[in-house]
Amino acid sequence: MAATKETVAQVEALEADKYKFGFSTDVEQDLAPKGLNEDTVRYISDKKGEPAWLLEWRLDAFRRWQVLEEPTWALVHYPKIDYQDAHYYAAPKKGDGPLSLDDIDPEIRKTYEKLGIPLREQEVLAGVQGAPKIAVDAVFDSVSVATTFREELSKAGVIFMPISEAVHEHPELLKKYLGSVVPPSDNFFATLNTAVFSDGTFVYVPPGVRCPMELSTYFRMNAKGTGQFERTLIIADKGSYVSYLEGCTAPMRDENQLHAAVVELVALDDAEIKYSTVQNWWPGDAEGKGGIYNFVTKRGDCRGARSKISWTQVETGSAITWKYPSCVLRGDGSSGEFYSIAVTNGAQQADTGTKMIHLGANTKSRIVSKGISAGKSSNAYRGLVSVNPKAKGARNFTQCDSLLIGHDCAAHTIPYVEARTRDCVLEHEATTTRLSDEQLFYCRARGVPEEEAVALLVNGFVREVLQKLPMEFAAEAQKLLAVSLEGSVG
Amino acid sequence: MMLDIRDLHAAIPGREILKGLTLSIPAGQVHAIMGPNGAGKSTLSQVLAGRADYEITGEALMDGESLLPLTPEERASKGLFMSFQYPLELPGVPAMTFVRTALNSQKRARGEAELSPGEFLKKAREAAKRLAMSDDMLRRALNVGFSGGEKKRMEMLQMAMFEPRLAILDETDSGLDIDALRVVSESINALRSPQRAMLLITHYERLLEYVKPDQVHVLVDGRIVDSGGPDLAQKLEAEGYDRYQKAAA
Repeated sequence: MAATKETVAQVEALEADKYKFGFSTDVEQDLAPKGLNEDTVRYISDKKGEPAWLLEWRLDAFRRWQVLEEPTWALVHYPKIDYQDAHYYAAPKKGDGPLSLDDIDPEIRKTYEKLGIPLREQEVLAGVQGAPKIAVDAVFDSVSVATTFREELSKAGVIFMPISEAVHEHPELLKKYLGSVVPPSDNFFATLNTAVFSDGTFVYVPPGVRCPMELSTYFRMNAKGTGQFERTLIIADKGSYVSYLEGCTAPMRDENQLHAAVVELVALDDAEIKYSTVQNWWPGDAEGKGGIYNFVTKRGDCRGARSKISWTQVETGSAITWKYPSCVLRGDGSSGEFYSIAVTNGAQQADTGTKMIHLGANTKSRIVSKGISAGKSSNAYRGLVSVNPKAKGARNFTQCDSLLIGHDCAAHTIPYVEARTRDCVLEHEATTTRLSDEQLFYCRARGVPEEEAVALLVNGFVREVLQKLPMEFAAEAQKLLAVSLEGSVG
Repeated sequence: MMLDIRDLHAAIPGREILKGLTLSIPAGQVHAIMGPNGAGKSTLSQVLAGRADYEITGEALMDGESLLPLTPEERASKGLFMSFQYPLELPGVPAMTFVRTALNSQKRARGEAELSPGEFLKKAREAAKRLAMSDDMLRRALNVGFSGGEKKRMEMLQMAMFEPRLAILDETDSGLDIDALRVVSESINALRSPQRAMLLITHYERLLEYVKPDQVHVLVDGRIVDSGGPDLAQKLEAEGYDRYQKAAA
């Protein structure tokens, strides 16, 4: 089959329909002047009316960032980023403070409607009877524009609000936990985020509380020539449980835009956090023009005994993805999970995986990674399993499967293992398969058209991970996979 | 004629495999094709089902309509079913999901109403029962970890569900023990009907003791070299293909 040429042609042809979130919204905005210096940092902090300690924290990070080198070890290639050629703050006018749900700019509301995200609680409530309620924090460029169901959540004691608001309302929690998982000088992009982070979501679940609904944040990067640097902090106090989902989209633009987020999770004794991501940033066109650079630091700290953190990610978007959602298994008997589906098509590049750092005794971790490469893309799994001398009885199971579609794509599996005690069991399994012409023919000979057959086979390949997503998002993720791979076989 | 093949040639680069094959099967009849290894039996079934890897000339009509310009999925939705000699494993795709997707794709292509999950499940359970298959097999990933016999039963289950007009069974008897052969044969016999034609492609005469063909054809070196009644199968079993092969050489 001359799959390659046809694939490229078809992907090109499909481009416009394929990324249905590629529109942009015309709103008046507050924009920081281009460039990055201490004044930029002060500008952002001032816009948010931040206390002095936070400004100092930012400035300290900025000074450290200036002496850090951009990492080059990932299997991704891109032209050098000019950090002076971007806006570090963009906000819809009149939107720099929290708004009541009725005050949202109609244009922005329309944007979220187009994305299928309800911002009015009554819309959710008017939906299908018995449908689960989902609380949404909507982040538009650098600010949070709406957070739903806050009252109902607060009855349960759950704090769910933009982080810029939490700075004022819960400074004690912020001071205690912000930067305690991803320290300011952790890495180049995290340090940059610490200096210029704009908004993001803050969640605190008090002891013994099971959060009564799914929480979610939808990130929308709209403004031109900007970067997005959000910061999310989730704390699950002793014996509590929370499930959180983030979704992301951006308009189609010719330029590359930088997204450098930091996510910190803290689980205390017997607490559990389930964090799911459906990442669908604009991937750029088939030749690699435009698209989001998704350089994100996500880390969870299983600080308490028997705590549990589970990452599930479906990564279909972005021109380049560089992220390793990790678990620090500090508490004895704590456990970490990482379930990942990463799809690359066209000219996309992904270097993604996880780190499981076993510090406590009898800690457990499980990694299931499903990489799918199509078109001319490159997809790498990079993972570290590290076992500290004190982590006696630690267990890890890792499974990395790669699926290749076509003949011009690449898949890499790069596992690192460091065991510093003999008393641990580490398992690693890896497979690489090509979506076979025989399987496709079999499906078609039974009446299943080719594109549906690809979707069926790919869904089979990733089924184990899809099942880990909250139910209402599994269907969405399934559709997203099908759309991302449209035209990938000729 | 349900199937009408005229002077069919099929080649892969550098080698012609079918060299002018002609064969007709009217509705209501079951024909068998027997032949030695390498005669082109599997190529014939692959070409009829729509495999794209061959250079093809000649004609193959199903109920008067030319099959060759159609995609595999179009042929399936028009009522052609080919049971694979080596059914494919589809990891992570539950058997029932696959069969339902396939059946509803066919129905959609024909402009018919799709089966509801309930209707489908009822029908599938009945078909499975006749093939002595457990519900567990229907829930497992299609053919993954199935024995040779289980895979063939799954093919027969699909044939029963799709109710094709023309069924081509490629070496369906290979890999079956005697009990499985009996169950599979019964399910083939149950589908014999005045509206349906079947083509059994086989190596051995064994299957034909259970499924009595109306006609037997001998395929050697890409051509039908002899045809006759059911007796021909027994004669072949006793004498082998030497006589034909010498003539072809």
